[in-house]
Amino acid sequence: MRLPKPRGGLSEWLVARLGEPGLTGSAPGADSWDDESISLWTLHELSFRGFEDADDRAEWDPDLLGVRRDLETALEERLRARWSASDASAAAAPSPAEVPSALEAIVAADDGPSLADRVRRHADRDQVLELLRQRSVYHLKESDPSAFVVPRLPVRAKAALMALQFDEYGDGDPNRLHSHLFARGLEAVGLRAEYGAYVDDAIPENLEMNNAGSLLGLHRRLRGAAMGHLAAFEMTSSLPSRKMVQGLERLGLDGPMSAYYDEHVEADAIHEHLAARDICGTLAEDEPDQAVEILFGAWTCLDVEARFATAMLGVWEEQS
Amino acid sequence: MSDDHPDFDHPDVVLVPHGPMLLRGAESVQDLEGTVHAVDRPVVALCRCEKSSRLPWCDGTHKVIPR
Repeated sequence: MRLPKPRGGLSEWLVARLGEPGLTGSAPGADSWDDESISLWTLHELSFRGFEDADDRAEWDPDLLGVRRDLETALEERLRARWSASDASAAAAPSPAEVPSALEAIVAADDGPSLADRVRRHADRDQVLELLRQRSVYHLKESDPSAFVVPRLPVRAKAALMALQFDEYGDGDPNRLHSHLFARGLEAVGLRAEYGAYVDDAIPENLEMNNAGSLLGLHRRLRGAAMGHLAAFEMTSSLPSRKMVQGLERLGLDGPMSAYYDEHVEADAIHEHLAARDICGTLAEDEPDQAVEILFGAWTCLDVEARFATAMLGVWEEQS
Repeated sequence: MSDDHPDFDHPDVVLVPHGPMLLRGAESVQDLEGTVHAVDRPVVALCRCEKSSRLPWCDGTHKVIPR
């Protein structure tokens, strides 16, 4: 993947700096949410697959880490402020044993709009392709943010996360790796499938959603929130994936792309229990101070998805 | 066995309250019609509400059934 297109002064500075490691000078402030979001996305990406036109050593460049920390602090403060203002955070802190049911309650109370509902019944082909381009930002690195959390967990949660990740990564069969299945799906519907293909098209709500996942995955301090995020993601995947299959078939986009979603109907009906009970439940038992963090991560997962869905539906409203 | 490093419970079959039956380490599962399905995952979720669209596997449908 090549460096993304800048979206303002900060990302322009960052892309120039990553392309020419000899450059010095301090970073300007971000011009906009878009500028801030693509900058943080780019800095995080240095810890995933990186960029062919950036120096690999930039991942641990102290100046760039300083920029990343400032952007991460701003994002985390924003996410925590939203959580603090939510009804879910007002509920009494759960005991460790109550964590799985508290996760269920957060998922049950989610009233964000459903893009899968729209795809199932009404979205046209162009809208679905636009959604797939947006989703590709995450699905082409599916499960990778959670993989960073493995060494940071106690015994039971670690074993359970590995069971879940093993399935996400194809149970040892590269052909079944979920991000690979999604790439095959993109090709089959005529879209580009290389890693990071549509990052330049990502709307800021989508970048924020991805940045939130990477932020939680990359910081040991945020391990509880990362696992809560994973649980909420898995708990809200099975039924919407089935709707995606129905919508893709309605539009004649069956084949590898609907097979990708079809795989998630079954896989995530398993993963949601592993995540809520065996990962989050045992983590909360072993590290009780993580119980509230788990709920913060879960709520945040649903909140950023709702903001993304609202934005996408708004774009489609304007087109019609 | 020590307090710090206990033997953990790790049952092969787990019944999820109001949810599926999780089954670990199976190689095949026979459904209600007698068809045998190969298992290619370490853990599978078997439908208990009988409303799944892909029996014998759970597809999450139980969550939308009033209880």
